[in-house]
This record gives sequence, structure tokens and C-alpha cells, in this order.
Amino acid sequence: MMEDIQSITILGGHSKSGEVEDVTLRLVPGDLVAVVGPTGSGKSRLLADIEYIAQRDTPSGRCILINDQPPAPEIRFDMGRKLIAQLSQNMNFVMDATVAEFITLHAECRDINLGETGLEELIQGVVTQANRLTGEPIVPDTPLTALSGGQSRSLMIADTAILSDSPIVLIDEIENAGIDRRQALDILVQNQKIVLMATHDPILALLAHSRIVLKSGGIADVLESDQDESALLEELQKADAAILAVREKLRRGERLAGSAFRYAEF
Amino acid sequence: MKLITVAGPPSSGKTSMLLRVIDWLKEQGLKAGVVKFDCVASKDDERYRAKGVPVLLGLAGNLCPDHYFVTNIEACARWGQSLELNILISESAGLCNRCSPFIRHALAVCVIDNLSGANTPTKMGPLLKQADIVAITKGDIVSQAEREVFQYQVRKVNARAEILHINGLTGQGKERLGALLAQAEDIDDLDGRKLRFSMPAAVCSYCLGETRIGHDYQMGNVKSIAIPDVSRPEVS
Repeated sequence: MMEDIQSITILGGHSKSGEVEDVTLRLVPGDLVAVVGPTGSGKSRLLADIEYIAQRDTPSGRCILINDQPPAPEIRFDMGRKLIAQLSQNMNFVMDATVAEFITLHAECRDINLGETGLEELIQGVVTQANRLTGEPIVPDTPLTALSGGQSRSLMIADTAILSDSPIVLIDEIENAGIDRRQALDILVQNQKIVLMATHDPILALLAHSRIVLKSGGIADVLESDQDESALLEELQKADAAILAVREKLRRGERLAGSAFRYAEF
Repeated sequence: MKLITVAGPPSSGKTSMLLRVIDWLKEQGLKAGVVKFDCVASKDDERYRAKGVPVLLGLAGNLCPDHYFVTNIEACARWGQSLELNILISESAGLCNRCSPFIRHALAVCVIDNLSGANTPTKMGPLLKQADIVAITKGDIVSQAEREVFQYQVRKVNARAEILHINGLTGQGKERLGALLAQAEDIDDLDGRKLRFSMPAAVCSYCLGETRIGHDYQMGNVKSIAIPDVSRPEVS
């Protein structure tokens, strides 16, 4: 059933002041959509509406269709949890378990049946993927509660990409995570998922194929990225790589020359 | 009038959740009131009153809170009827995890939060097991994977309940819970109705106010812990 997602459709509701949202937006697997707008403009609300598969029964009045139809209640309130994976700013782990125990438990509750070796491979796979995103390596025996913020987020993203396999992924403000954002997005998008991410980060916003613009609680516009923006994105990525290189040198304790910031070579 | 029993550990977010749901019920034209059962102190009644929700506060003091609940709920129901409420919500903290202040045919809601630990559902007993609806709160502060694992643990204990995820801060999820409350069975008279689960066995001398420790002071229901015989090794 989970492989059966061909589309999700957002039917507009209204803004905070009651202005009608004249929007019908249909997304298909492989789509990467940014959600932009100032703080308080309703980005999280939009993601929450999708997570809840709203049926004109949330404050925004929006309606979310799955495969062009309203979902049956059991999908909406039970299975819906497995249809949609959410990566939020709050990715703290509180459970008293090691990374390996947790992955085992999560696999069990997702009905993923593996043998002893299969499970071992899954744990290794998730941990390896997580370690690609963060500088501080995780090992399977690490207690969840001992993970740093960056490690927690990396584990969460790897878990979402490999184990959860939800066809729809919602990301809220991944740039605050202290991890390799570009890699994280690649990992998530590579499996033909529908990805929506709320972001203030220009690189992430421009990496998306389209972006939803929010203003005072309502969808004000939906923009497709064009060639000019792709060119700009390349420039920004070079600058970003240059900043990362400077950061890396600082971390290693090096002294930097005044000319250390050079991004043309990247 | 519908009578809904809502129970869950202290600080699991019962009141915050209910305030949101009552808002929603109000929008549907339904009038809801609350009886809050607590042990020694509570300020939750002020939170309800501030929102214009009719509220009664009952403090059990030195009585077992759920015994206190069952001996008073009838009078509370009459109070609700006199105010012409559509829905009366009885809210209590399932303090000893042994009782479930749930009544047959009165919709029973158990509230637990994601922060309480993966093994908590198995420790909660009838409070969780007997509920028709399990509302899981504080999902916004843990990872999605943990939410899933926690829900799975709840499902293992209660295979029958509808599990809802509710955010007491934003109200996310209140519409579904509200709709389920609004559809609950009407209960006009509690006399002769039954609890879903028996209360703990009573009475021992300590229930009656004894404070001294010792065999001579124990009367009534006394149960001894099983302690295996240990033959001490010789100290060399």
C-alpha cells in the first residue's frame, strides 16, 4: 500500500485573515518542493496540514488528497503515520536504548522482518549513512540519549531514508541541524519520494524544483525555479563550499590568511 | 448528557489537550464542562475557569483518589445535568496505575506522553488497557521514529483503542478527538452502572490512619512479599 502513492494534492483553504487561497498543487514522487516565507508566515502549519492529511478541518481550511482522493479514516489516523515521515527541528531522542536497540525496535514496529544477519546489515546501513552526515561518528552501542544534536539529526535522517521508507517526507528547517544538508537532501530524495521542506536557506530553497511562498498564513504564490536561478544556485554552492573550507581549517586550529576565502576554484 | 472519563499520569498534558478539544466542541455548538479529580492540590480548575468552562474541583486528600472518584461521580453528573451540559468530562490522574477510573459505556480516554519512556505503556495496566481512545501527547519534542516506536508499544497493550496523536500546544489532532467525544453514547443515569475494572483491595490498618510500622499494627488486607531463603556463605 505504501508503494501506491502516485500523488498528493494540496487544495487551498484560507489565510489567517480569511483570504481565499486559490491553489491546487499536485505533487508526484521525485518532486522536491521548498516552503518559504518569513517566520510566522505559516510554513509549519502547511507541513502540519499535510502530516495530518487535513480535510478542511484545521485552522487553514486546507484539504489534502492522496492519489486524488480523500484518504480513508484508517489511513488518515493510523497508517498515515507510516505514509509520511517528518523531520522537524525537534529531533531529540529520549528513549532509554542504544542506537542498535532502537533501530531493531523501529524495524519491528514497521513490520520489517529480517533475519539476524539482515538486521545486523540494517543497523550497519543506517549507522554508516548517518556517519556520512556528521563529523562525530556514531557506533551501534551508543545510547540514544548520549547523542549530540548533530548525531541525533543524522541518525534520524538515515533512519527516515533507509528504514522508514515513507513516500512523503516533510522537513522543517533542516539548516539548523549542524549536518551536511546537501548530502541529507540527496539521501532523502534519491528514493523517489515527495519531499517538502520549510527553509530560510537560499541553497536549499533553490535546490528545490519549485517553491511555495507563504504570507500571513496563506499560500501567496508557487514559483518554478528557472535557468537564471540554477546559475545563481551554482554560485551560492561555490560560496558555501568556500565557507565550509574556512570552517574546517578553523576547526583544525589553523591560522588563516586574509585571502583564505576564494571560491572560484570550487 | 455524555460522560467522558479522561485519565493519565500527572503532567501528561490532559488539561492542555482538553482545553483545545473543548474549544472545538464549542465551535460545534456543544457545551462541555469538567470535573477535575486530583490528590492534594490542583490549579487546573483556574485554567478551565479562565476559558469560561464550567468546572468542579475534587481533591481526594487522604483518600484513595479513584475511590473518591467513584463515590462522587454520580453527584458530579447531576451537577452537569443541572447546567444542561452536552458533555461532562471527568479528568483524573491515574495516580497508582492500578485503578482505571473508567465506567462501562462511558467513553474512556487514556492520555500518555511520548516522553514517558518506551516501557511505560506496559506498566500502566488497566488505565491504558481499558481505554477506548489513547491520546499520545508531546509528539512535537521527539523524533518521528520514537513516536512510531512509542505508538507500537501502546498498541501491544491495547489492540482495540483508537490511537490519536494530539499536540496540546497547537491543538493539532483536536478535531478527531472532538468528533469522537461528540459521537459518544448519552448516559443519563449512573446508578447501578459498572466500573470497567475493580478498584484495589482494601482495607488495611494503614488505610484507616495507622502510622506505626510493625506486625502488631497490621490488620485486614496484608500481603507479604516473597523472599527466598538465603543460606549465608561462611565468612572466611
